[in-house]
Amino acid sequence: MPETTHAKDRPLSPHLQIYRLPLTARMSILHRITGAGLILGLMLFTWWLVAAASGPDAYEDVQNFMGSSFGTLVLFGFSAALYYHLLNGIRHLFWDMGYLFKIESAYKAGYAVLAGAIILTAATWICAMNYAGKHVYSAEENALELLVEDGGVVIIDDNAGAQGQKE
Amino acid sequence: MKLKWEKDGMKSPLGRARGLGAAGHGAEHWIAQRLTAVALIPLAIWFVFSIVHLKGADYVYFTMWLSEPFNAILMILLSLAVVFHAVLGAQVITEDYIHHEGFKWVKLTGQKLFFAALAVACIFSILKVAL
Repeated sequence: MPETTHAKDRPLSPHLQIYRLPLTARMSILHRITGAGLILGLMLFTWWLVAAASGPDAYEDVQNFMGSSFGTLVLFGFSAALYYHLLNGIRHLFWDMGYLFKIESAYKAGYAVLAGAIILTAATWICAMNYAGKHVYSAEENALELLVEDGGVVIIDDNAGAQGQKE
Repeated sequence: MKLKWEKDGMKSPLGRARGLGAAGHGAEHWIAQRLTAVALIPLAIWFVFSIVHLKGADYVYFTMWLSEPFNAILMILLSLAVVFHAVLGAQVITEDYIHHEGFKWVKLTGQKLFFAALAVACIFSILKVAL
């Protein structure tokens, strides 16, 4: 039987504290960190849905939080983590299929993921900032929509005071 | 400490090795993680578009939006896929970093129950609003 190697006093390679991690290794741990972070996003998502099921007051609490500067920061982090994890996850799926294993392609795909995550996060927030989001419910508009949907059937909405007309 | 297989002198080497893996069923875990990942690619893109669309939506608007069958169905699919994916990912993280067997078991059990509760909360809420 050969002697087991770990019994001997062999020199150790530099450990994590001193070893300069290559891009692929950093992106690997970032994938895990964003994955764990997205669990917090999932909790926020659950809170949002439960609040909507609980009623207008609970929903308003969520909206107030999302609208606050801290809430916006959380949402920004959520979106950046989501895009990174999504794109790097696709990179992982390519590896699973046997592609991108050459060091050069692993790096190229890595840079593409980083650039893509930054661009998509920026694009999403530029869209969100410029988007008015005029979704405050209006009883009058709703009554008109119902009128159109029902193809001219008379619908009288007491709250809105809107009067339908037959075509 | 005597390992379990050391008592079974009559077993073949394969028989001894079976079931001694880290979790005992790695392939299912690996495949399910990829399956949910693939499902989440379109669902995540739809989710981001929806969130931007729902910016500033008040209670009535949001509940009406969620009552649309298309939106409700995709929200349920998203909830299921994301929770399942999170269960699998969180399990690997715990298995990698927690080395005390007892605490590992407690943490794995606890986080699975927690995610199950999240999934039920999401799906119940979607159905309550939508139906």
